[in-house]
This record gives sequence, C-alpha cells and structure tokens, in this order.
Amino acid sequence: MLFTPLEIKETVDMFLRYKLDIRAITLGISLLDCASSSGDEARKKIREKLRRIAGPLVRIGRDIETEYGIPIINKRIAVTPIALIAAACSEEDYTPFAQVLDETAVELGIDFVGGFSALVQKGFTSGDKRLISSIPRALAATERVCSSVNVASTKSGINMDAVKLMGETIKETAEITKDRDGIGCAKLVVFCNAPEDNPFMAGAFHGPGEGESCLNVGVSGPGVIKAALEAHKGASFDELADAIKKTAFKITRMGQLVGMEAAKRLGVPFGILDLSLAPTPAVGDSVGRILEEMGLAAAGTHGTTAALAMLTDMVKKGGVMASTHVGGFSGAFIPVSEDEGMVASVRSGAMSLDKLEAMTSVCSVGLDMIALPGDTPASTISAIIADEMAIGMVNQKTTAVRVIPVPGKKAGDWAEFGGLLGGAPIMPVNTNSSEAFIARGGRIPAPIHSFRN
Amino acid sequence: MNAIITVVGNDKVGIIAKVSAFLAERSINIEDISQTILSGNFVMMMMVKLAEENSNLETIKAELVELGKALNVSISLMHEGVFSAMHRI
Repeated sequence: MLFTPLEIKETVDMFLRYKLDIRAITLGISLLDCASSSGDEARKKIREKLRRIAGPLVRIGRDIETEYGIPIINKRIAVTPIALIAAACSEEDYTPFAQVLDETAVELGIDFVGGFSALVQKGFTSGDKRLISSIPRALAATERVCSSVNVASTKSGINMDAVKLMGETIKETAEITKDRDGIGCAKLVVFCNAPEDNPFMAGAFHGPGEGESCLNVGVSGPGVIKAALEAHKGASFDELADAIKKTAFKITRMGQLVGMEAAKRLGVPFGILDLSLAPTPAVGDSVGRILEEMGLAAAGTHGTTAALAMLTDMVKKGGVMASTHVGGFSGAFIPVSEDEGMVASVRSGAMSLDKLEAMTSVCSVGLDMIALPGDTPASTISAIIADEMAIGMVNQKTTAVRVIPVPGKKAGDWAEFGGLLGGAPIMPVNTNSSEAFIARGGRIPAPIHSFRN
Repeated sequence: MNAIITVVGNDKVGIIAKVSAFLAERSINIEDISQTILSGNFVMMMMVKLAEENSNLETIKAELVELGKALNVSISLMHEGVFSAMHRI
C-alpha cells in the first residue's frame, strides 16, 4: 500500500467531513489590447477575448472536480482594471462595460467577474473618475460583476479625495439596490495595497503588471483547521501552531495540484496560490469558530486579535513551502455575514466594529461584509475607510473595506444578502461626525518607511 | 488513472465481496487492498486502476455511493494524485 490507512482516512475526512474545497479557480485575463476609441469596438474585443480564453474554463473545472473528487466552488475571471481599458473611449458612463462582462460570464457559465476597478492611490485619471461614478449603476445593472478601487498604498499614501468619493459611492450603491438590502455594496471593495494577483472576490482583478493570462487558485478550509485544533485541546500554543502549519501545508498542496492541472489544461501559466481561510455561512465552515476553538468563549472577546494573528501567520508558513508561488491575500478572511460564528458573536454583543478593526491589523484583508445602519452618513463610511487604509499603509499590508449601509434599517436589524454572502445583524457605528475631517480632501503622505530604494 | 477507494462503516459479512464484485463487473482492477479497524470502524482501502481516463467516472462514483447505501457504509473514490500531493513531498 502506497499510503497508510491513517493518511487515507485523514484526506477523505478533510473532504467528506470538514468541507475542504477549492474556493475558486480564477483565470486572469489582460484586456489591455482591447482598448479602443470606440466603446462598442472595445466591448466587442472584450467579448471575443473572454470567449476565446475563458471559454473552456467551466468545463475544465468540472472535469477536474469529477476526476480528482475535489469540489471547486467557483469558476471566476479577473480582468485588467476596466478604468485602464475604457479610458481610451469617450463614453461618460462605463455601465455598458460592466454589462458586457456580465453577459459573457452568463454565457460561459462563469460565477463572477472581477475587474470593474480603478487604481487611484496617487491620483485620478479621467478614466478612473468616470469608472468610479459608474460603479453604482454598473453594480445595480449586473449580477456577476465585482468592483474594487485601490485608494491607498504604503508607497503613495492615502488619496483622501478618493476616500471621500468612495464613501459617497458606497451610499449611492446601497441606495440604488435598496430593494435587496443594498446588495450592490457586497460587490464593491475599497483597498489599500491591493495585490494584483488576488483570486478572491469581490476584489479580484488582473493587475497591469501581470502577463497575458494566468490561472490563480484560492483554497479554503476552515473546517479542516478547526478539526486539527480539536485534536489538540489544552495543548500549548507551540503545539497548536505546529498543527495549524502542518494542516495548512496539506491543504495548500491540494490547491497546487488542482491549480497546476487546470493551468495545464487551459494552456495558460499557473499564477499564484492564495491560501486563505475563507468561511461560508454553512455551519462547520467558520473562521470565528476556529478562534473559539483556541479557548475563547466567543470570537471578539479579549485575546481574539492574538489568536487571529497566530492563525494567519501559521496558515502562511504552512502554505509557503507547499506552493512555489503564494500570493493574493493568503491568511484568514473575517467577513461577518459569510461566517456563522462571527454572526453569532455580533448577535451576542461579543464582537464590535472597533474589535473588528483591531483584528484587521493581523488578518489578511479587512473590514469585510459588515452591515451598517442605513442612515450612516457618507462621511462616516469614508472615515471608516480612512482608518482601515491607515492600518494597511503603515503596516505594509493589504487592507480592504466592504461595508453595506443597509437602506431603511437600523442597528440590531437583520440584513439578508443570500447564498454565499449570507446575512448579518446591522452593527452600530460611532455617531460622532467625521464630516470636517473627510471634507479636507488631498492626500495623506506615505509613511517614512515607504522609502526603501 | 489510479484511484483510491475507501469504505468506512460498521463491519458486516460481505462488504469486501460486494465491493470487489462491483469493480470486477466494470473491469476495474484492484492493485492493492488493505482492511483494518480504525477508531472502531471498518475501514477498507483499495488502490484501483481505471482503464480509460475520465470515462464514465461520474457514473461509477454515483453507483459506488448507491452500493455504500445498500451496505450501510460510506464509499468514496478519489484520484491517487490528491493523496500523493498531500502526504508525499
């Protein structure tokens, strides 16, 4: 026998009992050669290129699922930030670009398309401005398109004009999709230090530094990590850390296998593997519950930040040896609505917005899928963004904000987004105004440690 | 392709015979087999060779699940590559 019974049982259990899966295979496609002075021409080129390169993606994904017995939850596309492509045409409203991405995704059976995006950490081009002003309509008019805007980086500082604009954009997006609890905002992320190779939605895009196309993989397995911890009740952190690391290694190897196979069959290079513990609303698939397994009565209580810091680091350390190119975010996602354990913590009052912000200084992303009262002013949302961007800028890490001010609802009410997005109780915000702070505009300079050249 | 079949559940007469017969009927060769009792469960593992890459794999899997139901055990079939990736550096 090539494998021991214990090894075989461990692997089979990971899939059957602990819901290990490939969260997404994401085909990054450059659209730089699709720019045209005619919007219609550009969209025609985009449609043709997506059909040509991504046409077989879903079929190949299904083949691999069947053959290897590994579930692949989403098949996705990430494209060059549309602000760069659409800038060549004179159209004011970029919604038709989002629509062509959406239509092609439906046609090809792709779950999500990321890249209705702009990178404005240092300043706006006219294309960037037009893209951002189109976001609310574009997200309301499409189902599968996701949008992201990078407004800050350690190298450039924080573009506070963009922060102000994004607060207003989030409010408008919520308003325009108010019949569905502001679901448009669930497809919109504001970034600091956005990685250009991130396969996770809603922030995925194919960075301008990337090649023609490549296949990225996002692996997830909160259930598997939790099971590993359950086997170490009362053990010291040294032992716990080692257990997480070993499990992360095994999970990553599986992702590497699927990623290499998918890339080979598609005839594109393998990009990166993003090993992130990303929860789903299902019981047994929660990052919050992993933190509790470490000995906390509820995620959000004192000790949570330390627990999350260790978890994130060990996931990275285990993953790095298992894959040649680890990228994206890699670490742990802590969205609220998508995580049954986090929702329970918010409900019981164990988890506050302030604690979530503290946790984002050590997790892999940021304030994610948090429902806010509908009457939260745009300037308050901008201030939440500014805080989060500052954490990312100073600590040279990626941070992001994906919050949903749910129209017509107040703190304590329930917001429902459905499917993988889940639902969440609305969290109260600090009601003291940040209006004058946000109204200043301009740019917060890059920190001193950005000078490394 | 090589695949690993696992059968886990309560021990009873005829499990090995029924699973082996199922595979033989479909010309799936058993290359290696081991059976043990792990954490109180009957655990059988088989390394099998499937003739044609990917051909009617979905049907075979579904039939194995059905057979498992009839025998009151859970049967899974997975590509050998998954185990190699995870446990062999």
